[in-house]
Amino acid sequence: MLDALLDPFGQALMQRALLEVLLLAAVGGTLGCWIVLGGLSYGAESLAHGMFPGLVLAALAGVPLLLGGAAGILVAALAIALAARVGRDRIGRDDAIAVAVTTLFGLGALLALSPAVPVGIQGLLFGDVLGTSRGDLLAGAALAALVAIVLVLAHQRLLAVGFDRGGARALGIAPVAVDALLLTLLALAVLVAVQGLGNLLVVAVLVAPAAAARLLTRRLAPMMACAVVLGVLAGVGGLYVSYYARLAAGASIAGLLVAVWLLAQAASQIRKRMLVASG
Amino acid sequence: MTADRAGGGEDARATPERGSCAHPEPTGPARQLVRAQGLAVAYPGNAPALTDVTFELTKGERIAVLGPNGGGKTTLFRALLGELRPAAGTIELRDRCASVPQTERSRLDFPVSALDVALMGTIPTRAWWRRPSRVDRAAARAALGRVGLTEQVHDTYGELSGGQRQRVLIARALVQDARVLLLDEPFTGLDATSAAGLEVLLRELAAEGRGILIATHDLEQARRWDRVLCLNRRQIAFGVPAQTLDHEVLAATYGGAIVTLPGEPATGVHHAILPPHHHHHEH
Repeated sequence: MLDALLDPFGQALMQRALLEVLLLAAVGGTLGCWIVLGGLSYGAESLAHGMFPGLVLAALAGVPLLLGGAAGILVAALAIALAARVGRDRIGRDDAIAVAVTTLFGLGALLALSPAVPVGIQGLLFGDVLGTSRGDLLAGAALAALVAIVLVLAHQRLLAVGFDRGGARALGIAPVAVDALLLTLLALAVLVAVQGLGNLLVVAVLVAPAAAARLLTRRLAPMMACAVVLGVLAGVGGLYVSYYARLAAGASIAGLLVAVWLLAQAASQIRKRMLVASG
Repeated sequence: MTADRAGGGEDARATPERGSCAHPEPTGPARQLVRAQGLAVAYPGNAPALTDVTFELTKGERIAVLGPNGGGKTTLFRALLGELRPAAGTIELRDRCASVPQTERSRLDFPVSALDVALMGTIPTRAWWRRPSRVDRAAARAALGRVGLTEQVHDTYGELSGGQRQRVLIARALVQDARVLLLDEPFTGLDATSAAGLEVLLRELAAEGRGILIATHDLEQARRWDRVLCLNRRQIAFGVPAQTLDHEVLAATYGGAIVTLPGEPATGVHHAILPPHHHHHEH
């Protein structure tokens, strides 16, 4: 039994994958709570998909994916902001963002179909957690630490603005500045997570653990702790599934993240029924 | 209704300590908290939303701010909070203003306790990188105790009753150590018992030397307070309720959309039905 648990992590490749998964769970769990509470899930998904051309171009040019991803996110954020502004009165904000994001994603796919892309479109779309290098880990850890520090420092303001914007303004806080900060952190987190989970699955780690934790907890600090634990469980579990069932690691992790959310949903429903029955 | 200093009669000037209220000029500067003179307030890039506002708020005073939606009540509050600059005229503030917003503006599904919300009141006094200190937490607890929520400190905000949530927001304002409280329709959605309790609390807070501006749609309640400020994009009237709230002032304030019901003419109290109130969100 113990052998079965330890066996996968005998290889350096799996050890790095484990560290990467822990990093993702930490960033996704904490920042994810603000994303879920702030209703930013759709924004997270849009950013992740909209950055695709940046990743493909980086792969084509042979520069680090992190740089391509950063440039891609910047372009995506500008395109989304522009689409939201221009399209608001004509086709509605969400639809305008969807058009912008799909356009960017299509552009990325077009570029990715060129024979010159070395890693192939798969690694970019679905990530390659098993291919995490030392450099990836270091860069990821640095970005994750930055996100964590800012989240701790800005906690009170994030809370006040999320709770009620008008009241926060009366307390001397600029809600727009806090929004911008949260979106910047979101961009950084997507950048960290896209390495491991790829363009399509990155949203799972940013949304699912926090959404599940929200169902199980009643305060923000426990919610964050719970989200990190759930993210670790799904991440490590996904690595086992991938190792023993020979499935893609990113997809296994994303699948378990969704399963965790479904379980949390079921648990909270059962608890509600029991409360109704007993009270 | 509830025990009230001005309760039971239209003569709100009877109380000795408020004797000067009927005459704006003689009020000593020591008691004055807010003074607005010829104030006009505009949102950036727009024509003034409110003009010609001249009033004062003294310690221990509760002023009802009456007016239709869009009449300038919120605009006045935002000017007093320093969020909007006067387009004309002046505001003199002798003390900090703190706002008590409507409870339905806040997120009831947010995972915060009453203490978490009250603690937000300590944000303005703290450097942005600092976390709440033990002193801050003690102040927040004391403020919650002051509004009668000692038992509910750790309760989830969204699960409190409407009246208790309003008290939490008042506690958040008290934590800011502000002498001037701006309440935005605090009685909306409260049952009779909670409303009566809240009115007692407001009277006590005023008696402690605070000045309170209360935006309200309830004329009957406004008559029991010390003065009324009637706004309809400009100041319609300011003064003691009994002398100020006549039919012309109300018609000008509410633009003729007011229906006066006959009955109880002997008390001098007009019962009025106001148009339904819509909340409009600011961005």
